[in-house]
Amino acid sequence: MTLGTGTPAAKRWPRITVWRAIFAAILLSGAYATYLRIFYGLGGSTNLSDKFPWGLWIAFDVMCGVALAAGGFTLVAIVHIFGIEKYRPVLRPCILTAFLGYVLVVVGLLFDLGRPDRLWHPLVMWNPHSVMFEVAWCVTLYSTVLFLEFVPVVCERFGWAKPAEWIHRISVPLMILGILLSTLHQSSLGSLFLIVPAKLYPLWYSPVLPLLFFVSAIAVGLAMTIFESWHSSRAFGRALELPLLASLGRVLAVTMSVYLWIRFLDLLQRGVLPLVARNRMETWLFALEIGLALVPTVLLYQRSVRMRPGALYACAVMVVFSVIANRLNVGTTGLEAGSGTHYTPKWSEIAITLSIVAAGFAIFRMVAGYFPIFEAQAHGNEHAVAEVSPQKKEVDPVAVG
Amino acid sequence: MSKAILYDSTLCIGCRACESACADRWGLPYDDKIAAEEKISAHKLTTIETHGDHFVRRLCMNCVKPACASVCPVGALQKTALGPVTYDADKCMGCRYCMQACPFQVPTYEWSSRLPRMRKCNECYERQSQGKLTACAEACPTGATKCGDRDELIGEAQRRIAEKPGQYYGQIYGLKEVGGTSVLYLSAVPFEQIGLRTGVPSEPLPDYTWRVLELLPDVVSTGAVLLGGIWWVTNRREEVAKAEGRSPRRSGRPPSKNGQGGHAVVPEKLEGRK
Repeated sequence: MTLGTGTPAAKRWPRITVWRAIFAAILLSGAYATYLRIFYGLGGSTNLSDKFPWGLWIAFDVMCGVALAAGGFTLVAIVHIFGIEKYRPVLRPCILTAFLGYVLVVVGLLFDLGRPDRLWHPLVMWNPHSVMFEVAWCVTLYSTVLFLEFVPVVCERFGWAKPAEWIHRISVPLMILGILLSTLHQSSLGSLFLIVPAKLYPLWYSPVLPLLFFVSAIAVGLAMTIFESWHSSRAFGRALELPLLASLGRVLAVTMSVYLWIRFLDLLQRGVLPLVARNRMETWLFALEIGLALVPTVLLYQRSVRMRPGALYACAVMVVFSVIANRLNVGTTGLEAGSGTHYTPKWSEIAITLSIVAAGFAIFRMVAGYFPIFEAQAHGNEHAVAEVSPQKKEVDPVAVG
Repeated sequence: MSKAILYDSTLCIGCRACESACADRWGLPYDDKIAAEEKISAHKLTTIETHGDHFVRRLCMNCVKPACASVCPVGALQKTALGPVTYDADKCMGCRYCMQACPFQVPTYEWSSRLPRMRKCNECYERQSQGKLTACAEACPTGATKCGDRDELIGEAQRRIAEKPGQYYGQIYGLKEVGGTSVLYLSAVPFEQIGLRTGVPSEPLPDYTWRVLELLPDVVSTGAVLLGGIWWVTNRREEVAKAEGRSPRRSGRPPSKNGQGGHAVVPEKLEGRK
């Protein structure tokens, strides 16, 4: 997938490319689905039912959204807390992804909640026994932290010294708070399902779900970092930070190994490994998920694979898809048998989800073009960016995709 | 002294008087078409299901330790001392976690509404708190649905089984399921044959979550100390290196200009690069 390459500012109308056409089609269908959601309720816009109350919007938009945004806290921890400076060039894109990710998670929630106007209720009406309550608080606070972590970028862009100085003073506690909040809610998204031991298929239900969600979130955060760098290097014509990404690939391989090892021990200890011999839908979905995790893990241990941009990118994509498969299995498919029903998302559910993803790509591209997100670009093309981007944004809000 | 309902499937004649009385009590429509729907939904909070020769009533189990009340992020669901699990629609934000968490798939949703609510039986909380019977128990012509004190009803169920052992499958459903429920079932046949879920654990479901949630204060305090400590070591190492006039970093990158190096979120100028 190639993001639209920057067109010369002189051009009045945007070039129509295949990707832009697809992007526009997705947003149009999303707009119609939004109309259905607002005027015909969840019944008119989803295939959810009394027996299957959570679908794609929770499993993908919220659960995958939060996981894919995990690069933010992972890289902050690596660079700022552990002081491994060499990863600094990818820190800002990660923080931006995380911030956008959380904003989009909230957008997804607004679609999914029966009463989106009451999104704020958990902040006022407490139930500390509820995992969802904890997630609501963590996501709210962490979004604030991410916003504050992004403020310096804005300050740099406009040359505001004062606010940058204020944030700088609280930066260490702020980052530690962000890491703690992430640890809590990344794992808590797994804890959400501890309450359904009789519903969730045993290949996924586990008392260590929180731990598995946490470790896989770190892995997919790293994978997303490689994914973004690869795409942004193409979109902005930057050089790929290959040695850096390759070493990140090695960290990814180790994290995935830890994840797969915990997963294996857990299945072994609960005595559910024989289940993989059954010819059921769950078995195949499980095999897909584990296969997508195992292959890149093995490959990424090879230096030759890590040093080839295409191969490194493919491995990162496999990890991303493996974690997406995992979240979808825990959040939807793994619950079908236990709920005694089948669930296939309605077209409008898919349209909204795709629109949110597309909007994520588009906003990322716009922000990355306008603010100093990538160091090389900030250093070298500063003038070009400042001149081209704002114009393009005004003339053509759909100049991406 | 918590209230409960004893439903004896062997006494039930399937007249659906309980369904009608329940619809009246909630102000819901009730006609032949709705009577024929043998499943609970947002407009039918109790139902009689037919399983061959046997009838079975479905309604909210009003669990002793309800999963729905434990997972509700806004506390819209509450387990009352009286026994019923009540619902406050004004608090509910529609996350539907209660529906996901309920092992009996009881809570239902007003899917087609623009301002939807969750719906479920609340064991006639208002009536019971005034000392009245539940609407269904009052309407039942055969005594198949009986309401009263939970402990006394358990005693009565055991007595019925002991008196006519041939007529009953010798167990009470709801005694131990998910730590006990406020609806107790007696049946002539094993419970799975009348559609009751027998695979549910006997441990209360909120305990599964609480085992992890109660670790949070430890995780937060340990994590904060650990992260703070690691940062302090990293930062200190850098300061020492700076004082000694050498580069502390593993990479070839020079330390940032302000000398405090890595811990700043603040942007650094990039003159030193390239």
